[in-house]
Amino acid sequence: MEPFIKHTGLVAPINRVNVDTDQMVPKQFLKLLTREGFGRVLFYDWRYLPGEKPNPDFVLNQARYKGASVCLARANFGCGSSREHAPWAILDYGFQAILAPSYADIFYNNCFKNGILPVTLTNEQIDELFARTEKNDGYTVTVDLEKQVVTDSMGLRYAFEIDPFRRDCLLRGLDDIGLSLVHESKISAFEEKNLKHPMMYDAVDVKHHSDTPHAARHN
Amino acid sequence: MAGRTLYDKIWQAHIVHEEPGKPTLIFIDRHLIHEGTSPQAFAGLKSAGRKVRRPELTFAVMDHSVSTKDRLLPVLDADARGQFEALERNCAESGVHLFDMHSKNQGIVHIIGPELGITQPGQTIVCGDSHTSTHGAFGALAFGIGTSEIEHVLATQCLTQFGSKTMKVDIQGKRPRGVTAKDIILAVIGKIGIAGGNGYVFEYTGEAVRGLSMEGRMTMCNMSIEGGARAGMVAPDETTFAYMEGRPFVPRGKDFQVAVDYWKTLATEADAKYDSTLTLHSRDLAPMVTWGTNPGMVTQVSERVPDPASFKDAVDREAATRALVYMDLKPGTLIEDIPLDRVFIGSCTNSRLEDLRLAAKVVSGKHVSKSLKQALVVPGSRAVKAEAEKEGLDKIFRAAGFEWRDAGCSMCIGMNDDVLLSGERSASTSNRNFEGRQGKGSRTHLVSPMMAAAAAIEGHFVDIRKWDNVESVE
Repeated sequence: MEPFIKHTGLVAPINRVNVDTDQMVPKQFLKLLTREGFGRVLFYDWRYLPGEKPNPDFVLNQARYKGASVCLARANFGCGSSREHAPWAILDYGFQAILAPSYADIFYNNCFKNGILPVTLTNEQIDELFARTEKNDGYTVTVDLEKQVVTDSMGLRYAFEIDPFRRDCLLRGLDDIGLSLVHESKISAFEEKNLKHPMMYDAVDVKHHSDTPHAARHN
Repeated sequence: MAGRTLYDKIWQAHIVHEEPGKPTLIFIDRHLIHEGTSPQAFAGLKSAGRKVRRPELTFAVMDHSVSTKDRLLPVLDADARGQFEALERNCAESGVHLFDMHSKNQGIVHIIGPELGITQPGQTIVCGDSHTSTHGAFGALAFGIGTSEIEHVLATQCLTQFGSKTMKVDIQGKRPRGVTAKDIILAVIGKIGIAGGNGYVFEYTGEAVRGLSMEGRMTMCNMSIEGGARAGMVAPDETTFAYMEGRPFVPRGKDFQVAVDYWKTLATEADAKYDSTLTLHSRDLAPMVTWGTNPGMVTQVSERVPDPASFKDAVDREAATRALVYMDLKPGTLIEDIPLDRVFIGSCTNSRLEDLRLAAKVVSGKHVSKSLKQALVVPGSRAVKAEAEKEGLDKIFRAAGFEWRDAGCSMCIGMNDDVLLSGERSASTSNRNFEGRQGKGSRTHLVSPMMAAAAAIEGHFVDIRKWDNVESVE
């Protein structure tokens, strides 16, 4: 995972509350086998008219937001489905940070797994950022994770809170599976200790469980 | 010291490693996977040179993209076929047990887990699907995860997690006639909003919840995520134990007794504190219908489509205005006057045997309205389908003009051929009425199986309480 330390970029506003992950990546794109290439389909149904022609009414299609890398959003961003395709699409589109008053839990978590920084600010701060973005063509902000602050060139300076562990993982681009495997001996000890515990019963009756799959197979 | 909640007990029993200022490493007892969100996890595992640590604790099934028609026909959708083949390959290589699309146990992942007894009280259960909250009905801590976390569980059989806050969702009094678990959970979401449960795990309590079957409890827990809570739970009781006994993956004989004794220790203690409490009374409950583009935009069937101007909050006002444009509804329209194009009875929310029985009772001897383009019943699993057919429910549905299909996620998410066309309106027993959820431009109204069944007969919503063939539920 790429570390996130500090990023300066053009802000694009998604001015809707409760943007769900079905909107970020509609279901027809959930059938792929890779994590790459989802940027093209981000906000697909909003972004494109039939024939994949850009919908001029959708904000990301406006010339002034081309090349945006900071996504300004409203409350409960990323609600609904757990699909990690949503943050993959956000990142692949070019967004590296998100600014919003709140996020849905699973999406928030998924962002950190992909090196995206979801910054939480107050409603008033987000309102002000929407106003500045609207008013100033080419409005950019700097999101500084090390200092935990969002700034612009006009003196705006918003400090933000973030869990220190999540911050550290982003700053260093840490692979959290690797981090967990450091505790391998504890995992083994836990398994050993609970081997006979009811919650851990060998699920696994599998071998004795009769399920004869139909001979027919899809090709 | 205050007593512990059900959540506390399960959490604490699964701690592998904890240190101050860091998330806790917890052990995962059961991991469920499907074709849609797992391929990238296996690919990541492979590229990092890692192996599946405990393949016998992961169970795989094909559900999201499977056809609900003839499954012996070739899969024409190349992308879907690619996912099925990837799942087969990944399971074969790693030793994970797969219920493929031809298995007699195939079905929606959240239907088959409980049905086979893979899901058990006291467990931690995860799946790359937000409706994993369903399994909490058994008194398990079950929640949806992203693909990176699937990879993490495959590699370590653990997850790093921050603890959640707990909310007691207390439904007092006896559930009224015509009101189902679906209506209760929609009422809860209507009350707290779709972000109301962010950061929380819900525990459902109260007489109305205790009175629910396991099926009903699963319906409630299933939609916890629609209220923002990653997990919902119900403390296990005699209803739970009776459901568990004899299922294929449940321990037998003396082991079962040991398990039940343990499960009995899980309930929240009387002096335990929740971080928050929400109380609803059954006498205020009624059949519910969503009118907007998220499950919190919901009202009672006897009401009208709200006027956005009636919302105090400017943000809500704007969201409601936008939703009504999308839904093509005028403020003040009686819910019962909304005409429908298609009816879908299915999904991990409402496709279990009890749901189908209730719906069948409503449609028995009647016929789907001529104004409808399609009425679809999709059992949640092949086992549900077989049971329903044994009882003759398929005949009742078919005689009433419903299509009777094979098991899968189907029109809830429309990853196969079961979709709404743009502009079409459905009554659906599923869980999400988001824009485009059932097909681009689709307009979804979420309801209970009985309400969907009655709406199919009339071609528009009707108040099921006015019908005399409603299952008396208490």
